[in-house]
Amino acid sequence: MSSPTTASAPAPPEDGDLAALARQFEGTIAADERVEPRDWMPDAYRKTLVRQIAQHAHSEIIGMQPEANWITRAPSLRRKAILMAKVQDEAGHGLYLYGAAETLGVDRSELLDLLHSGRQRYSSIFNYPTLTFADVGAIGWLVDGAAITNQIPLTRCSYGPYARAMIRICKEETFHTRQGFELLHTLSHGSQEQHAMAQDAVDRWWWPSIMMFGPPDAESSHSQQSMAWRIKRHSNDELRQRFIDICVPQAAVLGLSLPDPELRWNPDRGHYDHGAIDWEEFQRVLRGDGPCNRQRLAHRVAAHEEGRWVREAATAYARKHAGRRSEADGLSGVRSEAGDGGPAGAAL
Amino acid sequence: MRSRRGLSHHHVGSLHAPDAEMALRNARDVFTRRMEGASLWVVPSAAITASSPEERDPFFAPAADKAYRHPTFYDVPAEVTNL
Repeated sequence: MSSPTTASAPAPPEDGDLAALARQFEGTIAADERVEPRDWMPDAYRKTLVRQIAQHAHSEIIGMQPEANWITRAPSLRRKAILMAKVQDEAGHGLYLYGAAETLGVDRSELLDLLHSGRQRYSSIFNYPTLTFADVGAIGWLVDGAAITNQIPLTRCSYGPYARAMIRICKEETFHTRQGFELLHTLSHGSQEQHAMAQDAVDRWWWPSIMMFGPPDAESSHSQQSMAWRIKRHSNDELRQRFIDICVPQAAVLGLSLPDPELRWNPDRGHYDHGAIDWEEFQRVLRGDGPCNRQRLAHRVAAHEEGRWVREAATAYARKHAGRRSEADGLSGVRSEAGDGGPAGAAL
Repeated sequence: MRSRRGLSHHHVGSLHAPDAEMALRNARDVFTRRMEGASLWVVPSAAITASSPEERDPFFAPAADKAYRHPTFYDVPAEVTNL
């Protein structure tokens, strides 16, 4: 599909020009400047970004499900309003990211097809179930916390639209972690049953959350190229360690333990040592064998199919409205932008 | 979006909508959840004409060697005020 920005695409570059363009691209990366949508870029750079941004967007949308599960059963109006706001934010984050991906010359309908057919993925953390309301707190504190740790470096990634989307997302994400922490704090300092519920949620969400950072870099195939192109700024292990170091003192304030008996401050390293991660489980869930994989995707596809009439009605209404307006203006020979049902909106 | 009276509009993002009215409404829903804006404009991306990155140097070059357009180009005695 055509790119969302205007003006026809430039002619494909000649070999000599290609070398010059490649040098310009490398120079932008080396100077830690931003590549923008209409800059020349290697095909592989474009492809890897489309995949990464799209999967990030898919994660936001799928991520709405485990928490939306508890909206109707929130224990108070305040918690219900907070949870609704958080879930709405996630939808918005997905939108920013689909918009960013589209600057690379894809359409979001293509990306959604890839998600629905299982050819693109989403973060495997969302394949776990939310068993109690305390899970909402654990997700806010741990899952959003891990997401922020991962996303802050991405605010400086080499591709402009992705970096800018990350800035906006990080600002909003901080409310997500704080509400989660506050929720767990309230439960932990409440009745014995409430404390136990909070502890149980943390026990179930801790290991999956630290797996969110991905496997050790030695085993991560894309890492090296991503680092060279400054899409990725830190290694998986570095970010995971940063997150663990942040959480341990926070857990102490919460009055909750973390389910890792080997978690211990190491004064020589200046970091917390931790136990071995079960990467088998991670691979299983990634492959589609987690508790909720089928449910998450089925729910997403159903929402898309069942919502079709809304999209069609909006387009039909816009078309009808535009027709009436041009008649009234006596411009019946001129078709308005809205008539073709195409995207209308400021370009990123 | 213009965040307050007296400031100019700045670009905040893009979205899809079947027409301008829905685009405005969607922009309100997505971009002003935290009182970020006093005024919103939406424009179809097809209506934007952009300078081309390939032509960047020739297109903007005329300004590069005209330092006399900057106030700092001019030497003025130190005791002069309000200049």
